Amino acid sequence: MGEMVSAGLVLAGAKSDGAAEGAVAISEFRLANGLDVVVIPDHRTPVVTHMIWYRAGAADEPRGKTGIAHFLEHLMFKGTKAHPEGEFSRTVAELGGEENAFTSNDYTAYFQRVAKEHLRTMMEFEADRMRGLILTDAVVDPEREVVLEERRMRTDSVPSSQLGEAMAAAAFVNHPYGAPIIGWKPEIESLNRADALAFYRRFYAPNNAILIVAGDVEAGEVKALAEETYGKASPTPDLAPRMRAKEPQPVAARKVVLSDERVQQPVLQRMYLTPSYATAKPGEAEALDILAQAMGAQSTGRLNQRLVLERKVAVSASAWYAGTALDDHLFGIYAVPSQGVSLEQLEAAVDETLAEMAESGFSEAELQRAKTRLVADAIYQRDSQSALARNFGAALTTGLTVAQVIDWPELIERVPGDEVKKALHWLDKKRSVTGYLIGTAP
Amino acid sequence: MTAAAMVVTAAPVRATAARKVISPRGVEAWLVEDHANPLVAVQFAFTGGSSQDPQGKPGVAHLLSGLLDEGAGPYDSIAFHEKLEDLAIDLHFDADRDYFSGTLKTLTKNRDEAFELLRLSLHEPRFEPEAMERVKAQIMAGLRREAKEPNAIARNAFAAAGFPDHPYGVPQKGTLETVPPITRDDLESYRRKSFARAGLKIAVVGDIDEKTLVEALDRAFADLASRAGLTRVEDRVMRGGEERKIDLPVPQSVIVFGLPGLARKDKDYVPAVVMNHILGGGSFTSRLWTEVREKRGLAYSVYSSLSPFKHGPILAGATSTKNERARESISVITAEIEGLSGGDVSADELDKAKKYLTGSFALRFDTSTKIARELLQAQLDDLGMDYFSRRNEEIAAIDAADIARVAKRLLDTKRMLVVVVGQPVG
Repeated sequence: MGEMVSAGLVLAGAKSDGAAEGAVAISEFRLANGLDVVVIPDHRTPVVTHMIWYRAGAADEPRGKTGIAHFLEHLMFKGTKAHPEGEFSRTVAELGGEENAFTSNDYTAYFQRVAKEHLRTMMEFEADRMRGLILTDAVVDPEREVVLEERRMRTDSVPSSQLGEAMAAAAFVNHPYGAPIIGWKPEIESLNRADALAFYRRFYAPNNAILIVAGDVEAGEVKALAEETYGKASPTPDLAPRMRAKEPQPVAARKVVLSDERVQQPVLQRMYLTPSYATAKPGEAEALDILAQAMGAQSTGRLNQRLVLERKVAVSASAWYAGTALDDHLFGIYAVPSQGVSLEQLEAAVDETLAEMAESGFSEAELQRAKTRLVADAIYQRDSQSALARNFGAALTTGLTVAQVIDWPELIERVPGDEVKKALHWLDKKRSVTGYLIGTAP
Repeated sequence: MTAAAMVVTAAPVRATAARKVISPRGVEAWLVEDHANPLVAVQFAFTGGSSQDPQGKPGVAHLLSGLLDEGAGPYDSIAFHEKLEDLAIDLHFDADRDYFSGTLKTLTKNRDEAFELLRLSLHEPRFEPEAMERVKAQIMAGLRREAKEPNAIARNAFAAAGFPDHPYGVPQKGTLETVPPITRDDLESYRRKSFARAGLKIAVVGDIDEKTLVEALDRAFADLASRAGLTRVEDRVMRGGEERKIDLPVPQSVIVFGLPGLARKDKDYVPAVVMNHILGGGSFTSRLWTEVREKRGLAYSVYSSLSPFKHGPILAGATSTKNERARESISVITAEIEGLSGGDVSADELDKAKKYLTGSFALRFDTSTKIARELLQAQLDDLGMDYFSRRNEEIAAIDAADIARVAKRLLDTKRMLVVVVGQPVG
């Protein structure tokens, strides 16, 4: 295996798998200007994935400026003094690279995938636009139209997306997770160059970023290159902590109904406010992940067993836990009713199934099956350098450490069965929003 | 940069390590051994796909793909899924226009059971009435969800207009009318005519040696019929020369456009790949991207791509623009296709396209599943095992005359088919 800079950071399967078969040696270090660096060697293909992650997302936006984190992500492709508009993308394309960027509630990330000999070039360009972005109204104005088209495509034309947006807005009464990442339409329309640059100057700095390089490289090489490129960027002194509006403990169950003539297939959704990996007590978020798997697995999950196979009130039923978040986040249920079954009937059946689980928990076989799948997915993920890089980036920008990511499969294995049953107390209707997606009466 | 240098830097080393293995009973596969991670990825396909659905019964292949893992051999649906989940085995089937395909992913320690479950699903599916009704209900729920979804409507309308009275023209998943009457006999007869050794291609990547693999191949595939009984599918040139509008109350019009394309074996296919990259290929530099998105802010996404379907290849693309500017988007796209039709490409633009296409080839080979998919596709397209070392040289050899020739052949806007779903103004 590759050289290990920091001790003990070896990504292997769970201990029950035996020796560190196929282990990946992960390195992490910090440059003098505060930039955190993670290196994930994978020497099977002469390719690298280069990602820069900023600890800044939609939940860090100022009030009244929803969408600015995502709009800035688009504008980051508009050039710098050293490399005017389009030069970075043209260079990536010419080198046969792929590139893109994405914005979430808690982070914004930029990446390129290139042949390994081009890593330095990518680092030079990316370090340059960390501090050197130049914006003019001539590039900002058409890009605002692009973002509005993106919103029309992803949300305004899709009733189920509109319901999801309305449910999140109801689930968070005060916290900014209640606003859509792309932004509310009237606020996107008023975002301008000054808003983008203010967000950029506040958050885009080496001491607020994480560099992740995965692929055919060693930590020593990456360290030298990072010092020569990103190392020159000056840190922001007195970087303000990420302070978000606090979400109060919920007291009222909420219900949101979206009725649209385009809906031919009704859907039931439920979201609960739950702790995230960053806010949960030790083991609690892992228990919620196991719960989502044991309840929601496509065929063997308890919801599918009861609602689809036995009672035949649904054609599909699943659950999810979005625990990778800096603040309390969401656990969800999704079910599609059988023909002739109303959403009220389906909702009652979901609640009965939840009550049964709260009463008698899960069998040993159900729990082991859920853990096996979660741990196996972590092993399968090691086959993909870009999936690994994304996993570490999302974790580190939401308050977790490299060690926590590495230990995750083992922590999953160690969760006792009664902790999974206990995690069900978070699925209290007072903490929830129920969403109905329905058509209009003919 | 010389062509030779490009080829050297971009060689997909893991794919060039592929070798052909043949089992004692004659089942062939392409294998890349990779022991870095304790997993094995398998991809395989039978010739056929949804174009083998019986006349008037679209949706049979799609339904079959959803039923093979719903109980087989000694296991009913629940037991089969519990077995897969207990061992964390991923087993999925899919049908596209030309192929019925399968994918298997397993941890090394469970690979014997994984190949056994694959064997059962191919040879002894149970098709129990309960499972059939349940999977049909899921498909119907999906079809109802798509009934007012602009992209799905546009896709289906494009296929119907481009390939009238042909298997390519009917909805692959079937319709709300055609799915309910599909019977167990329909599934069995499809399975018998399509699942055969003759049209089968297999690719395997990961933690498995040749000796173990050939035994597994015999177990999973050797007992299939030697020859398939496929229905002949007529070759067609996609029909265009018109615009179809479908009214839907959405704020944005979905625009799908296309032209007849080229077969994978056509001598102009590789030049067409380079030409399409310049027109609307997958980087932030194509002409459509620059004109539609960057300069005018008309859309979030715009692209074109080649689909070398076996019986009617196409070159097609899509975008979405607010209703007020949908006409402008169609004009800009048409003008760009027209503008490229004379083959007017600068030496710099051609050079950059070739550099992208050769340089990015290695990116397709960085996970076991992706390598297996490439190995399978090369077999389905009958490109030979040397394709992976040959491919970049073929791209590098394309010159301006090649682009001009293929642009003239393909980019005739009079043959263009455009489908617009939404409420375009004007």
